[in-house]
Amino acid sequence: MSRHVRDKVARDNVRHNRGNVAMAGKLKIHVDQDKCQGHARCKSLAPELFDLDEFGNAHEVGDGSVPAGLEEKAYLAQSNCPEIAIEVTEE
Amino acid sequence: MSDSASIMPEHPPVTDWVNDFDHTDPTWTENPFPIWETLRAASPVVHTERFLGCYMPTTYQAVKEISYDTDHFSSRRVIVRDVRPEITARAPPITSDPPEHKPAKQLLLPPFTPDAMKKLEPRVRAICNELIDEFIADGKCDAAARYTKHVPVRAIAHMLGIPEKDGDLFIKWIHGILELGIKDDNALMGAVREMTGYFIGHIEHRRNNPTDDLISTLMKARDKDGQPLADEHILGSLRLLLIAGIDTTWSAIGSSLWHLAKTPADRERLVKEPELMPLAVEELLRAYSPVTMAREVMKETTISGCPVKPGNMVLLSFPAANRDPAMFPDADKVVIDRKENRHAAFGLGIHRCVGSNLARMEMTVAIEEWLKRIPDFKLDPAGRVTWSEGTVRGPRQLPVLFGKTT
Repeated sequence: MSRHVRDKVARDNVRHNRGNVAMAGKLKIHVDQDKCQGHARCKSLAPELFDLDEFGNAHEVGDGSVPAGLEEKAYLAQSNCPEIAIEVTEE
Repeated sequence: MSDSASIMPEHPPVTDWVNDFDHTDPTWTENPFPIWETLRAASPVVHTERFLGCYMPTTYQAVKEISYDTDHFSSRRVIVRDVRPEITARAPPITSDPPEHKPAKQLLLPPFTPDAMKKLEPRVRAICNELIDEFIADGKCDAAARYTKHVPVRAIAHMLGIPEKDGDLFIKWIHGILELGIKDDNALMGAVREMTGYFIGHIEHRRNNPTDDLISTLMKARDKDGQPLADEHILGSLRLLLIAGIDTTWSAIGSSLWHLAKTPADRERLVKEPELMPLAVEELLRAYSPVTMAREVMKETTISGCPVKPGNMVLLSFPAANRDPAMFPDADKVVIDRKENRHAAFGLGIHRCVGSNLARMEMTVAIEEWLKRIPDFKLDPAGRVTWSEGTVRGPRQLPVLFGKTT
């Protein structure tokens, strides 16, 4: 990995708070219902983690716990939400 | 001629974009991207005296602030025009503000969810192939006239439950409203009148012969007091679906094919890696967002530090926001597998395009089916690409040649 690429990865990790991707199963997601406008980007990128209601607005599946292996998808959904409606937290 | 009485004087050519911008100027129509860069470098919000006074936010941040501020910025007028006549033909929910907006929008959302679109997808795939069948043997075509235009027309007709063959009428009305109507009030009112008459006939027919299409869905809808919607509300929403659902997606598919025709690397990659389609569609939506909306300033405020005064319109350029380098690295490049992409092509806040899931499905299917049948194509050097003027941007002539060598 070049120095440049390594720096970029480090920056991304800091920016997305994903320094501990190895700690699988510790992430939790939440969709802010006041902010979600139903763009459905999260459902398209991470269908395992998000569901839509009859109006097409999104909510997290179950209690929002992110199963091991789906951490990247959780961050991908978060970083594509136009309304910044998705919270990802480390438990 | 009586028709010309309502046409405003031709707009003088623009020499000072920062203080006198005009989104109907031929230079803007042909290639708006360098203009937006100039405007953005000057200020997050610029102003023109044209169109009876109009602002334009040039950054993603300024576009977002205005989109979220329904208190100072009304949606009652959503097209920037030379005139501001009394508001007669409403099209809820796009022309609604809170609190009327939410109930009007809730009615339209269920028929447009991603699941509902999945049911429509096979018909759209068939439409695409029927269209391609008509010209593939010619080895070339005007992709805008023969393909991209007809996909959304036929899809929305199918959803509304009206004959797909009436599509040419819809295209005529939309041209009258969105292009001619900016400068010619008679063209706009004539188109609205004809469209209204057409839909009244379909509504009347369904009173005794209910169907399970979108027109009947609106007729069966009840408001919070259990009352059916007024005919004017139904007609307004039907107007909206037709106006908002056709040349927008026509433009998005057209710009995508235009990009792929002139960018063999991206085209070949999509053919080889079809799993990239979802990311590619979002990136094409970002880079070539077709839709610019408008707001009317109701109360004095500031946007990104710039004072904004009532009496002016706002050209709400989602396309310019999506080219803001402060928001998107390499904003002027199409990065076909861009992973982080919070583009605002379908708007931000409560007015998020109700048809965004339909548009995405149509774009995906139209590009996929085209690439399956015509994996190699390029712009026809003997032809000329032309772009629509005004509020919705996309190619209106897109002559392409098929095959690797010609």
